[in-house]
Amino acid sequence: MSRLGELLDKGDELIITGEAPVIDGGTLKDYEAKLAELAPWCDAMNATDNTAAHAHASNVAMAIAMQRVGVEPILQVVCRDKNRIAQQADIMGVALHGVENICCLTGDDVTAGDEPEARRVFDLDGPQLVRLANSLKEGRYLSGRKIDPAPSLVIGAVENPATHPLDYRAQRAAKKILAGARFLQLQICYHPERLEAFVAALHANGFTDKCAILPTVVAVKGPGPLRFMDSSVPGISVPVETIARVADADDSAEEAYQLVLEQCQHALALPGVRGLHLTDFRKDGSISRLCADLGIRPRSERESRANDFALAN
Amino acid sequence: MKIIAAIEHVIKKPIWDCQMCGQCVLHDTGMTCPMTCPKTLRNGPCGGVREDGHCEVKPEMRCVWVKAEDRSRNLPLLPTVWREHFNNLRPPVDNRLKGDSSWKNAISGRDKETPPGWTPATEAPEAEAKA
Repeated sequence: MSRLGELLDKGDELIITGEAPVIDGGTLKDYEAKLAELAPWCDAMNATDNTAAHAHASNVAMAIAMQRVGVEPILQVVCRDKNRIAQQADIMGVALHGVENICCLTGDDVTAGDEPEARRVFDLDGPQLVRLANSLKEGRYLSGRKIDPAPSLVIGAVENPATHPLDYRAQRAAKKILAGARFLQLQICYHPERLEAFVAALHANGFTDKCAILPTVVAVKGPGPLRFMDSSVPGISVPVETIARVADADDSAEEAYQLVLEQCQHALALPGVRGLHLTDFRKDGSISRLCADLGIRPRSERESRANDFALAN
Repeated sequence: MKIIAAIEHVIKKPIWDCQMCGQCVLHDTGMTCPMTCPKTLRNGPCGGVREDGHCEVKPEMRCVWVKAEDRSRNLPLLPTVWREHFNNLRPPVDNRLKGDSSWKNAISGRDKETPPGWTPATEAPEAEAKA
């Protein structure tokens, strides 16, 4: 089973996932270099599926590339570009290469990307895709056709705790958990009280025992990316005071770092949160500093410590 | 049978902007047609809803699911059972039914048919029999 799957089975240890950078050209060596900063800290990393509706090397290809360079992938599957037949083929295709972690998303619309004239698909939606992945795991295509042996899959999904309808978001997350999601990577949330309410609602109803909640934190270097996310990424809003705090600081990069650190500390302190999903926009070595400040050890050390503990018991 | 579909379209198009998917779920979604969502989502709002509650794709339009969620709670005279169905996991659309009368398909039960792999093995009748 995947490392992520083992951690989910254990039910208590910290889980760190990361957003792997996309690649648009070059070789496997170039890709490995792109992964190098974040990978040592992550239990698994997302092989993204044409992020923000921009074409890149495919999710399937990146997931297989990660396997080859020793990084555990999470195949992200969105509903925008492919119908249910192609989605099943992708999941079964990576399973053939030993990829087990699958993260199911509805996905941004084509209008979010640089080819807004493209046809949007959305044959399935996010919750339906979770159920479909679960069917594959049980050894059946959606048609009922048998898969023998059934692929070993670790299924997850995403949810946005920060947008409307706010009171309904936890219920939508619960729908995905009931459909088979065992981990939930949350969209970046710049409203701490919204994240708190969302996690509290899942925790109070026992869903955090069934599913690992992993809030996303984006390591930004200044006010630019905050303004960009606020104005150009639907579903993300950044309060003006948060942007001002970073923009008005003498050292914006340091203030942005402190903001990110506070977001991580806040998320990890919430009952029901199992870990973090890290995205690195800084690319200046800050992830190592962040993990050190949070007391998070590199994956290799966490792994060996867990093994020592298991042997001792 | 085309006449039934035509009548249905004439009634439901002006009121709900019915898209004639042939498998109507209006009653479960606060009398708001999910097929008018640009992504045709059947299971709630995507993560792209804007801070003002408007649509990611059409910023001038209130999110169909924000509207549906609001109505499923607040619309007067909506039977409680319909309100309770709001968060049900609705199956994928059967694209063969597009243009068909959903009334006809509701009476025949055709609109409830799902692919065999949709129902989890743990919930399937044979699994229950084994248990």
